[in-house]
Amino acid sequence: MGTLKNIGKALLPFGVIAGGMALLTGRELLNPYWVQIFQLACVVAVSALGLNLIYGFTGLFSLGHAAFYGVGAYTAALLMKLYVGAYGDEAFLPAQAAFLGSLAAGGIAAALLACLVGLPTLRLTSDYLGIATLGFGVIMKVIFDNADSFLPQLGGARGMTGIVKMTSVPWVALCLVAAVVIARNLVHSSYGRALISIREDEIAASTMGIDTFRYKVLGFTAGCAFAGVAGGLYAHLYTFLHPSNFDFFKSFDVLMIVVLGGLGNMSGTLVASFGWIFLLEGLRVALPPEYIELRWVMIPVLLIATMLLRPQGLFGFREFPFLRSRGDR
Amino acid sequence: MYALIALGYTMVYGIVRLINFAHGDVFMVGAFLAFYAIEKFRLPLPAVLAVAVGGCALLAIVIERVAYKPLRNAPRIAALITAIGVSLFLEYFTALHQVFGPNFYAFPRPFEVVSREIGGITVTNIQGIILLATFGCLGALQYVVHRTNLGRGMRAVSYDFVTAGLMGVNVNAVISFTFGLGAALAGVGGVLYGIAYPQINTFMGVMPGLKAFTAAVLGGIGSIPGAVIGALIMGQSETLTTAYLSSTYRDGIAFILLIAVLLFRPTGILGKARTEKV
Repeated sequence: MGTLKNIGKALLPFGVIAGGMALLTGRELLNPYWVQIFQLACVVAVSALGLNLIYGFTGLFSLGHAAFYGVGAYTAALLMKLYVGAYGDEAFLPAQAAFLGSLAAGGIAAALLACLVGLPTLRLTSDYLGIATLGFGVIMKVIFDNADSFLPQLGGARGMTGIVKMTSVPWVALCLVAAVVIARNLVHSSYGRALISIREDEIAASTMGIDTFRYKVLGFTAGCAFAGVAGGLYAHLYTFLHPSNFDFFKSFDVLMIVVLGGLGNMSGTLVASFGWIFLLEGLRVALPPEYIELRWVMIPVLLIATMLLRPQGLFGFREFPFLRSRGDR
Repeated sequence: MYALIALGYTMVYGIVRLINFAHGDVFMVGAFLAFYAIEKFRLPLPAVLAVAVGGCALLAIVIERVAYKPLRNAPRIAALITAIGVSLFLEYFTALHQVFGPNFYAFPRPFEVVSREIGGITVTNIQGIILLATFGCLGALQYVVHRTNLGRGMRAVSYDFVTAGLMGVNVNAVISFTFGLGAALAGVGGVLYGIAYPQINTFMGVMPGLKAFTAAVLGGIGSIPGAVIGALIMGQSETLTTAYLSSTYRDGIAFILLIAVLLFRPTGILGKARTEKV
C-alpha cells in the first residue's frame, strides 16, 4: 500500500507537467520553439542533478561530465538507429519501448565507463581529479571525432545524422521526475549520508568505518548514469549529434549550473538549469539581432556578479519542501 | 611556447590555489595588442613587446582586484566559476565588432623567416627566438622568485598566506604582483605565438591555455622548472603524434599521457608529495 501511494505521489508532478504542457500547446498558447527549450531545460536538469551528486554531495571535482553525456547520447542513438530505424514510425508502441531501452542503455554505458574511469582516477584528490577528468573529456572528444573510422554510423567529425525524433514532453517530464525522486531518495538514504560524510571530511568518514573509495566510485557512477540518460534524451531531441556538443565547454556549463544553484542543493540545481537555459534562449529572442553577440557578454557578467554576491550559490542550504528528508519536513 | 603560458598558471596556482582559466585569454589579448602595435602604430619590435607585456600585466591585475580578491575567503569553487566567467567574458567581449572583432586576422611578420640547417635539422630563426625567449624568461623568473625580496614574499604567501601577512608581508601586493608577472609572460607568449603562427582571433587562447595548464599539472603545479618540463613533454608528444599517427589524435595522446603520469605521481613529475594532516 505504501509503495503504491509513493508511486502515485511521484506520478502526480509528472502528470501535472506533461498535462499542463500538452494543454498549453494544444490551445496554441505556447509555440513549438518554447516547448523545445523546455525539453532541453529538463534534459540539462537531469544531467546537472547527476553532477550535483558527484560534486555537490560527494565532493568529487569532475570536469568531464559532458563526456559521459556524450557517451549516453551516442549509445542511445546508435541502438535506436540499428534496431528501430527501419520502422520509421515514432508513435509505434515497440518504438517507444525500444526508446526506453536505449535510454537505459545510454545510462548503463555511461555508468560502466564511469566505473572504469573512476577506479583508477578517483584515488586522485581535488584539483588533480578535476584535471584528470578534464583530460578524459578531451580524450572522449577525440574518440567521438574519429568514431567513424571504426563505426561509420557514428559519423565522426561530420556529426551523426538520421536519428529518429523520439523525445517528447512526457518523456522529458518522466525522466526529470524519476531523476529527482531517485536523487532525493539516494541522498537521504544511508548511502547518501556516507557520500556527504566523504565530502565533509574523508579521513573522518573512513575512521567511522565507511569504505570511502567504494562510495566515491558509487557516487561517481550514479551521477554519470544520470548524464548518460540525459544524453540519450538530448540525442533524440535534436536528432543530430556533433562531437563539439560534448567538449569540455559543455562540462563547464553544467558545472556552472550546479555551482550557481548551490552545491549539494537539488532545488538550486533545478532552478538554475531552467534559469540558465531560458536565459540563454530568452536573450536570443529578447535582444534585437544586431545586439545578439552581446548575449555571451552579458551572461559571464551575470555569472561573475552572482558569484561575487552569493558565493554559496543562489539557494545556499535551503531546499524545496518535497526535496527535504522526512525528518526535516 | 606552452612553457611561457604554463609558467603563469603555475605561479598563480602556487600562490592562491586558483586555476586561473582566464589566463589563456590574457595570452590572446597580448597577441592582439601586439597586432595593433605593429599594424596601426608601426612600432619597432621591442616597443611592441613592451606594449603587449604591459597591457597583459595591467589586465591581469585589474581582473584579480575586481573578480578574485573579494572571493579570497569564499569557497574555492566560487573563484573557479568566476575565473570561467572572466574567461568567457574576455573571449566574447573582445569578439564584438567594436573591440577586436570576430574574424581571423593575419599577424604581420616583423622580420623575415630564415631557416638554416644545423646538423641535419632545419631550424628557423623564429624557433630559435622562441627557445631563447623561453629560457630567458625562465632564468629571469627563477631570479625574481629566489633572489629578490618580492620573490621571498611570494614564496612565503604560497606557504601560508595568513602567517605571511602576520610577518609583515603585504599579501595583496604580492598576489597582484604574481598575477601581473604571470600575465607578462603570457604577453611575451602572445607576441611569439603571433610571429610563429601568423593568424589570430579572439578564441585562440582556449586550446593553448588548456594545454599549458595541463603542462603545468604534468610537471607538478606550483613548480617553475616543472612547468617548463611539462610543456616540453606536451609539445614533443603532440609533434610526434602528428608526425607518426594522425593529427586528429593529437589532443587525445597528450591527455592520455597526463592521466598516466598522474596515476603514478599524483602531484606531477616535480611536485612535492603532501602528507595529509588531520
